[in-house]
Amino acid sequence: MPSKTIALKKEIMDILQNVKDPEMKPISIVELGMVEDIEITENTIHVKLLPTFTGCPALDLIKENIKNEVKDALSSLDNKFNVDVKYCYHPPWTTKRISEEGRKKLKKFGIATPSPDHNPGDPWEIECPYCNSTNITMENIFGPAACRSILYCRQCRNPFEAMKPIA
Amino acid sequence: MKKNESLRELLYQLADDNFIHAFRGSEWLGLVPHIEEDVAYSSISQDTMGHAYMFYQLLEDLGEGNLDQIAHGRKPEQFRNAIILEEKNGPGSYLEKPDYDWAFTVVRNLLYSHFKTIQLESLKQSSYEPLSIVSRKIQSEQYYHLMHWETWFTQLMLSTEVARTKMEDAIKRIWKDLGGLISLGNYGDEISANQYIDSEQKLETRFLESIEKVFKKVEFTIDENPGMLRGNGRNGEHTEDLKQAIETLSEVYLSDLEAASW
Ligand SMILES: [Zn+2]
Repeated sequence: MPSKTIALKKEIMDILQNVKDPEMKPISIVELGMVEDIEITENTIHVKLLPTFTGCPALDLIKENIKNEVKDALSSLDNKFNVDVKYCYHPPWTTKRISEEGRKKLKKFGIATPSPDHNPGDPWEIECPYCNSTNITMENIFGPAACRSILYCRQCRNPFEAMKPIA
Repeated sequence: MKKNESLRELLYQLADDNFIHAFRGSEWLGLVPHIEEDVAYSSISQDTMGHAYMFYQLLEDLGEGNLDQIAHGRKPEQFRNAIILEEKNGPGSYLEKPDYDWAFTVVRNLLYSHFKTIQLESLKQSSYEPLSIVSRKIQSEQYYHLMHWETWFTQLMLSTEVARTKMEDAIKRIWKDLGGLISLGNYGDEISANQYIDSEQKLETRFLESIEKVFKKVEFTIDENPGMLRGNGRNGEHTEDLKQAIETLSEVYLSDLEAASW
């Protein structure tokens, strides 16, 4: 691969850091592990994305935001690129794909994430994002978005949210 | 026979089941027993609509036309969903005095989620790779739906006598049409011979084994096998209720093409 392409790919990855999950503002789609691949052909940048939850109403919005961000950021280049964003289901997105940085940000935001070692069928161990206690109760497995549940910490008495393990 | 005809038939069954089921679920919005359930059930219906669209997408990829057109532009007799999924939630309508039946809904959702889990397990081994990929994705979400409806089912079955009676009546009533969900229709032999999914006999056996465990926990048994009292939706046989569902769904589609174009 020519080094120019590699540099451009990296630049696009950096730009995608600015595209946030519309429902969890602090975290980017890169940190969520949604970006599977970037391919650059002659005049098109292809971004391959893995949807978190299939019925997620934010998916279309994310697509638009990517197109706008990339176009804006690259508008100074001589080369005019089209931006093509596609959702794919292979490999499936899992909560393991959330980066360490992403986990930290979500925790700060009051959202617990399943352990990266979580495997299908494992009991779901959740820590309160505020005080790290495991003395918690499940209030509603379906939270404000399909991907999150609502819990309550008996230790610090805060309600909080947790991303459901998807493996 | 058209190329891939049996594959298309199976995809229509899967897509239409999810589509109609999600629609009936969405009609409950604002009417369920409490606010937490409203959040949960609308989330589930949203997921299920997402699953329908993934199956419609596979049909679009096979050249069946545009996804939205496939979902909204067909006549009732072209639908392949099971009859039990099209049945209204109860008397009345969403806008005029809904008198919906929660016991019926919980039981139908439990039985559907249970069968869907068995179905997906088999579809993951499908000889048609795009279908197995999509099924794996759906399965990871479906797990939570099943958990949700099992909780409701168990709690209501073990609560008051009135609740128990309503629930048992609902099971017996739904059971009479549940065979239409398990059926693969006229193309069943080709569908399983091509290994798109296991045969309906295998699916039925697995389903009955697994649902028996759930029933056992609440001390309930049923002897007869699931029936097809009102016909087989897989072969295009439907009731008036489907017409109402499609009219409502395509009304939204036609009046708001913009919003429906996702
Ligand atoms: Zn706490």
